[in-house]
Amino acid sequence: MVGAFIAAGLVALFFLSMKVSNLSTMSGGEGYPVDARFDNIGSLKVRSPVTMAGVRVGRVSDIGFDSETYEAVVTMSIDSRYDTIPDDTFAKILTAGLLGEQYIGLDPGGSEQYLKTGDQIQLTQSALVLEEIIGQFLFSKAEEGSNSE
Amino acid sequence: MTSDTDPLVKIRGLRFFRGERAIFDGVDIDIPRGKITAIMGPSGSGKTTLLKLIGGQLRPQAGSVEVDGQNIHRLSRRALYRLRIRMGMLFQSGALLTDISVFDNVAYPLREHAPLPSSMIRKLVLLKLESVGLRGARGLMPSELSGGMARRVALARAMALDPMMIMYDEPFTGQDPISLGVLVQLIRALNDASRITSIIVSHDVQETAEIADYIYVISNGRVIDHGSPDAMLKSNAPWTRQFMHGLADGPVPFHYPAPGLEQDLLGT
Amino acid sequence: MLEQLARLGRVGIAILAHIGRGNILLFHILGGITDLATRPGLLIRQLYSVGVLSMLIISVSGTFVGMVLALQGHYTLSQFGAEQSLGVMVAASLVRELGPVVTALLFAGRAGSALTAEIGLMKATEQLSGLEMMAVDPIKRILTPRFLAGFISMPLLAGMFSALGILGGYFVGVGLLGVDDGAFWSQMQAKIDLHEDIYNGVIKSFVFGWVCTWIALFQGYEAVPTSEGVSRATTRTVVHSSLAVLGMDFILTALMFGG
Ligand SMILES: Nc1ncnc2c1ncn2[C@@H]1O[C@H](COP(=O)(O)OP(=O)(O)OP(=O)(O)O)[C@@H](O)[C@H]1O
Ligand SMILES: [Mg+2]
Repeated sequence: MVGAFIAAGLVALFFLSMKVSNLSTMSGGEGYPVDARFDNIGSLKVRSPVTMAGVRVGRVSDIGFDSETYEAVVTMSIDSRYDTIPDDTFAKILTAGLLGEQYIGLDPGGSEQYLKTGDQIQLTQSALVLEEIIGQFLFSKAEEGSNSE
Repeated sequence: MTSDTDPLVKIRGLRFFRGERAIFDGVDIDIPRGKITAIMGPSGSGKTTLLKLIGGQLRPQAGSVEVDGQNIHRLSRRALYRLRIRMGMLFQSGALLTDISVFDNVAYPLREHAPLPSSMIRKLVLLKLESVGLRGARGLMPSELSGGMARRVALARAMALDPMMIMYDEPFTGQDPISLGVLVQLIRALNDASRITSIIVSHDVQETAEIADYIYVISNGRVIDHGSPDAMLKSNAPWTRQFMHGLADGPVPFHYPAPGLEQDLLGT
Repeated sequence: MLEQLARLGRVGIAILAHIGRGNILLFHILGGITDLATRPGLLIRQLYSVGVLSMLIISVSGTFVGMVLALQGHYTLSQFGAEQSLGVMVAASLVRELGPVVTALLFAGRAGSALTAEIGLMKATEQLSGLEMMAVDPIKRILTPRFLAGFISMPLLAGMFSALGILGGYFVGVGLLGVDDGAFWSQMQAKIDLHEDIYNGVIKSFVFGWVCTWIALFQGYEAVPTSEGVSRATTRTVVHSSLAVLGMDFILTALMFGG
C-alpha cells in the first residue's frame, strides 16, 4: 500500500517532467552556438525558439548588448543534428500570431559553406514593433493625403 | 563506592516548585535495597511528582536524588537512559501504547533493549503476562481493556526487563478483591525472589500496610512521619492517626476552606 | 505606559522562547534519523497514515481544481481567441502555485491536525512519559518517523495533485470545450520549463512538507495535556500551518520567479 503510494507519487512527478514540461522537446544532444546581430529584438527572450521552415532547430541561449554599435547580440544554440545550415542564412525575428511570442526564423541561403560553432549570421531583420508599423502607416497615409491635394 | 547496606535511593533536601507553589520543600527520603517502601499521602500531595523526580523526568529546584550512588539530575542523557533500563515504573494511568496490542506492549522494552530472538521474547512476554493473569488477553488492544486490566499489563511491562527497582504508582486502585490479593502477592514475591526494590505510592492504607516494610507519609511538601507499618498504625501523632485511620476530624481539614455551611445554604 | 511596554516585552520573550523550543525539538527530531535506518517499519507505518490516507482527498481536489481552472480559463482565453493556450494556463497555475499550496493546506487539515491530536493525546495519556521511563526516547521513536513521512509525502502528494489537475483540465478543455488536443499539449510543453517550473514546484512542496509537519509535531508535543489543550493545539496547527504556507509561498515565489 505504501509502495503503491510512493509509486503513484513518482509516476505523477514523472508525468509532469515528461509530458508537461519541455524535457521531451529539449534536444537530447548538445547544440552549437551561432551569433546574430539585430537592431531591435522586440520581446525576444532567452529560450525563445529558433525555427527553420517552421521546425524548431534550436533556442536562444543568450542575449547581449554591444555598447559600441548599439546592437543586440543574440546567441542561438542550434541542435547539432542540423549541421548543414548555409552561412548566408537570413535570420529574422518573427511573431507567432498578432500578439504572440517572438521567435527567430531562419531562411536558408545558397552557400556551400555551412555555419559552424561561433559563426555569426550576417543577414538579419529586426523585430517588427507594432507601434512603429502603425506610426509608418499613419505617416504614409498623411503624406498621401497631402500629395493628393 | 556503593555497598549493599547503602540505600538504593537517597533523597536529600529536595525542593520542587510548580510555579509559585512548593510541592516539596525540603524532603529527605531513603529507600533501602531489596525492601518495599511505601510513600503515602493525601491526593495531590505530590506522590506521582516524587516518582517522576526519582525517574529523572522532572528537575528539582534544589536538593539531590541519588539512585544507586548516581545523582540522577547530574547524569548525561545517555547515562540517564542507561540507568532507566534498570528502573521500572508503573504509571497511575497504565500509559500503554494504544496503537499496539497487549503482547507488543509488554514486548516493547525487550525489543528495544534486549537483543533476543523473537521466540525468546515470546516466551518472556507470555510468562510476564501469566504472572499478572492476562496471558489470555495478549491479542487485545489497550482500548479493549478495563482500567484495572490495563494497570496489570503495565505492571507486566514494567517487570519485563527484570529491573533492580520498580516504582508503583497506585497499583491497587481499580482492582477487584481477587486481583488485588494476587497483586499484593506478586509484588511481595518479586521482592522476595529477585530482591527487587519496590516503591509503592498509594493511599490505600490497608493493603499498603500489609506488604510494606517501611512507610513514609508526606503532606504539604514535607515528610510528616515515617516508620514501620506497625509503628505507624499505632502512632499517636495526631496527623498520622488521622491519615492511617481515615478520620474526618483532625489536623488535616477534610474541607477546602469555605464559609459556614448554613451561611452558604441560606444565602446572605 | 511602562506597564504596557513590560507586557509587550513579556509577549516578545514568550514568542522567542516558543520559537527556540521549536528549533530545539526540530534538532532533536533530526538527530533521530540515523536511528530510523535500522527500523524502516516505523517509517513505512507513518507513510501509510500520513501519505496513503491523504491520497483520496488530494486526488479528488486536484482533479476538480484542474477542471474548474479549465472552465474559467477557457472563458477568459476565448475572449482573446487564445483557447490554444488553455493547457499552458492550467499546467502553469497547477505546477507553480496551486499544486504545492493547495496540497499543503489540505495536508495541514487532513494529516497535520491528526498528527497533533495523536501526539497530544499520547502526552495526555502519559504514553510519552512511559516511553521515557522505558529508556526509549519518544522524540526519536515517535516524532522522527512522522516528520520524515510528512517531508517525503508532501512532494508526492503535490505531484499527484498537479498531474490529476492537468488531466482534469484536459478532460474539460479538450473533451468538453473542444480545444485542440495537440495544441493543448504542445503549447504546454513549449512553455512549461522543467527547471523553472517543475523543480521549483517540487522544492516548494519539500519546504511546505517540512514546515507543516514540524508545526504539527511541535504543537502536539507542547500541547497542554487535557482534552481542551489538545483540541486547541489541533486548531493552532491548522491555523499556523496555513499562514506559514501562504507566507512562505510568497517568499519562495519572489525568490524563484521574481528575480
Ligand atoms: N503539570 C502540572 N502543572 C502544574 N501543577 C501540577 C502538574 N502536575 C501536578 N501538579 C500539581 O502538583 C501537585 C502534586 O501532583 P501529583 O500528581 O504528584 O499528586 P499525587 O500525590 O500523585 O495525587 P494522587 O494521589 O491524586 O495521584 C498537585 O497538587 C497538582 O496540582
Ligand atoms: Mg498520583
